[in-house]
Amino acid sequence: MKAGALTLFGALALAFVARPVSAATIEVTIDKLVFSPASVEAKVGDTIEWVNKDALAHTATVKGGWEVMIAPKSKGRTTLKTAGAVDYFCRFHPNMKGHLDVSP
Amino acid sequence: MFNRPTAALAGLLLVSAAPLAQAADKPTDPQIAHIAYTAGTIDIEAAKLAIKKSKTKEIVDFAKDMERDHVAVNKQALDLVKKLKVTPEDNATSQSLTKAAKEERAKLAKLKGAAFDKAYIESEVAYHKQVDSALETLLIPSASNAELKSLLETGLKIFQGHEQHAEHVAGMLK
Ligand SMILES: [Cu+2]
Repeated sequence: MKAGALTLFGALALAFVARPVSAATIEVTIDKLVFSPASVEAKVGDTIEWVNKDALAHTATVKGGWEVMIAPKSKGRTTLKTAGAVDYFCRFHPNMKGHLDVSP
Repeated sequence: MFNRPTAALAGLLLVSAAPLAQAADKPTDPQIAHIAYTAGTIDIEAAKLAIKKSKTKEIVDFAKDMERDHVAVNKQALDLVKKLKVTPEDNATSQSLTKAAKEERAKLAKLKGAAFDKAYIESEVAYHKQVDSALETLLIPSASNAELKSLLETGLKIFQGHEQHAEHVAGMLK
């Protein structure tokens, strides 16, 4: 019984070790000029999927870094390549702001 | 924001800020819809002029952003009034906005090159400021239909964004 539990635990641990980078897709919605959630924790390799519900085009722009254009009523994607904390904003509407915490 | 507003800009502010600020009577929803649509159209016209006249990429890009956003917002406004079966109603505020904008465009049309760029972007900053404060202090509080109010609130966020965008572009030209 105890051994069985340990084996199960071992198998689970192994599963995690075997697939260390199971990249996730994290959805950030844009509605009425607001990114939500406003702050996201992610890992390198994860993809942010931006879902724009507005009738306006927006961007997610990191100063001196990457930018993704998100067309009205559609989606944009960004795969996170570097670790670190970044603030981003919409280049067309700089009052739209968001934050990403990207761990290695 | 600007220490030395151009004469043209000061003129625009004098002519058009007054009627917006002093409209003591609360505008009705059909009037509000008309004012909001007119304000959008004015910025679209200014953008078209800038796209035609300016040779500066930042200015042309900004103007295209303005045209695209205001066309999208005005379309939403039209869809809403259709849905609500409201007929936008012309009024003194819309008329004075249109008159001031016509004069401003005529002034801009005479300018060239860097002088045009500077005057255009500064008038964009001032114009969005003026529209934002009208939305905040008069139009949003006066709107009685909830959907119209909500569209105006979204509009305010959009135009505040434009104001910051315009300030950024103005800063880059210096
Ligand atoms: Cu935006």
